Amino acid sequence: MIRYFREIFEGLWSLLVGLKVTGRFALAPTVTTHYPFDELEVTPNYRGHIDLVVNPKTGKDKCIVCMMCQRACPSGCITVKGQKPEGAKKRVLTEYRLDFTKCSLCGNCVEACPTSAIEFSHEYNIAGTSRHDFHYDLVERFRDRCRTLGVEPKIADLTPVATKPKPEREKTESQGDRKPDG
Amino acid sequence: MIPRPDPTLETLVLNMGPQHPSTHGVLRVVLKLDGEYVLEAHPVIGYGHRMHEKMGEVRNVSGFYANVGRMDYAGALSFGHGHVLAVERMLGIEVPPRAEYIRVITTELNRIASHLLWFGAFLLDLGAFTPILYSFDDREYILDLLEHVTGARLTFSYFRVGGVNRDLDERFIQGTRVFIRRMRSRFEVYHKLVTGNVIFRKRVEGVGVISPDMIRKYGATGPVARGSGIPYDIRRVEPYSVYSEFDFDIPTFPEGDCFARYRVRLAEMEQSLRIVEQALDRLPDGPVMVEKVPKKLKLGPGEVYQAVEAARGELGYYLVGDGTDVPYRLKIRPPSYSNLSLLNELAEGVLLADLVAIMGSLDLVIPEIDR
Repeated sequence: MIRYFREIFEGLWSLLVGLKVTGRFALAPTVTTHYPFDELEVTPNYRGHIDLVVNPKTGKDKCIVCMMCQRACPSGCITVKGQKPEGAKKRVLTEYRLDFTKCSLCGNCVEACPTSAIEFSHEYNIAGTSRHDFHYDLVERFRDRCRTLGVEPKIADLTPVATKPKPEREKTESQGDRKPDG
Repeated sequence: MIPRPDPTLETLVLNMGPQHPSTHGVLRVVLKLDGEYVLEAHPVIGYGHRMHEKMGEVRNVSGFYANVGRMDYAGALSFGHGHVLAVERMLGIEVPPRAEYIRVITTELNRIASHLLWFGAFLLDLGAFTPILYSFDDREYILDLLEHVTGARLTFSYFRVGGVNRDLDERFIQGTRVFIRRMRSRFEVYHKLVTGNVIFRKRVEGVGVISPDMIRKYGATGPVARGSGIPYDIRRVEPYSVYSEFDFDIPTFPEGDCFARYRVRLAEMEQSLRIVEQALDRLPDGPVMVEKVPKKLKLGPGEVYQAVEAARGELGYYLVGDGTDVPYRLKIRPPSYSNLSLLNELAEGVLLADLVAIMGSLDLVIPEIDR
C-alpha cells in the first residue's frame, strides 16, 4: 500500500523535475536563428558546387585543360573542352560544364586538379524549378564573377597568338576526349 | 514467410510502413496481430536499396568516398573509416599519426551526433516531443564543428586513403574543447528531463528483453549487444586505428531491455567525450596525408576484412582485389541489418505500442540495411 502511494508520488515528482528543466530553458535565450531575417556565416571550408578560380588581378583562369577533374569524377558530371588558339602551344579552356544534379560533392575533382584551378563555392541557397537549372556553365559563371570583382574576364580567349611566322602550319583543334599534348 | 490475411482466423495482418514515422525511413514491417498483441513481425527491406556494393565493384577506391556517407547518414565518418582502413591494410599504407588522431576525434564526435539523433528520434517514437529539441541543439554544435573541418554537415567524404583531406585548425580544436565542457553539463539535463521521467520508464523498462543467447544467435552488435550485458566493442576486442592508446570504458548493462539500450548509448556519449578529450591533448604534429599515395591504387590480388565500431555496432568491409584499381568485390556488413534480424523473434507477444519502442531502441538506419 505504501509502495503504491510512493510510486505515485515519485512519478509525479519526476514530472516536476522535468518541468523545471523545461521552465529553465523556456526563459533561456533562444538558440535558433530566425533564418530569412538572420543568416549564419558560412564556414570558409564549406563544400558547395565547384567554380573556376578567378585571378582577381588579371581576370584569368588557371585551367590547363588536362582533364584530370573529368577523369576523377565518379559520377561523370564534369565536361571540359579546350582549344588551341592559332599559334599557341597550350590549350585554352573553352567549355566547362558541371551537371550538378549528379554531383555528390566528394571533392575528388578539386583534389585531382594539378593547378588548383577549381574551388568550392559557398552557395547553399540553391533551388530551382527545373533540373536544367543545375546544369552549370562554369565559364559563363566565371565571366559573371569577374564582372562583380571589377576585372575584365580573360577566359576562352582564342585570339591568335603572335608568334614567329611558320608557313603552312595547320591549326590543331583538339576535342575534349583526346589526350592533352605536352 | 509474409503472413497473408485469413478470414477464418481472428487475426489481422497490418502493414507498418514503409511510410510509418516510427520506422525511420522506408522500412516495412508486416505484422500479424491478435487484438493489440503482435503474433508475428516480418521486416520487409529493400525500399532504400541503391546498389552501393555494386558501385564499389565498378568504381575505383576514390570514387567510393562519396558512397560511404550515403549508407549511414547518421554516422557517416565510421563508414568512411572502415573503408579507408580496409584499403590501407590491403596496400600496406602507414598513415601519419596526426591523421589517425584526427580520424578518431571526428569519428567520435560523429558517434555522439548519431546517438543524439537517436535519442531525439527514439523519444519522438515514444510520444515525447521536446527532448529532440534539446538533443538537436547539442547535435548542431557537432555538425557545425564537423562542417568547419570537412566542409559538409552529413555526407562528409573526409577520409582519404593515406590520411584525411584537410587538417584541423585552431578554431576546431578550441570549439571542440568548449563543446566537451558544454556537453558534460547537458547530460544532467537529459537525465532530469527523460531518464527519471515516470512515463518514459513505464514505456521502456522490461520491454523488449533480448537475452545474450539471442544476441549471439543473430549476430547483433553495438549498443544492442552491450545493452544485454555483452561487452563486445571492436574498439576494445580488435583495436584498430589508435584506439588502443586511449583510456575509455565499454559501458554494459545486463538487463537487455529498451531502457538498458538507452542507458548504454547515453553512457557511450560520455566515453566518446573522454576519447575526444584525450586525443585533443595528445594530438601530434605532422602531416595529415601520406606523402606518396600512388595515383592508381592497385588492389591485390588478395582479400582483407576490416571491422570498425560504427555508432550502431560492428561494421565490416570485406575487400577482394584482383590486381586492378577497381575492387573485385566490396562486401559491407552493416550493423543494423543484424540488429533488425532479431525483431521477428523479439516481437512475438508484445503490444503494438511496445513494438515501436523496441524498434526505436534498436536504432535502425534503413539505407544502411538496404545499401
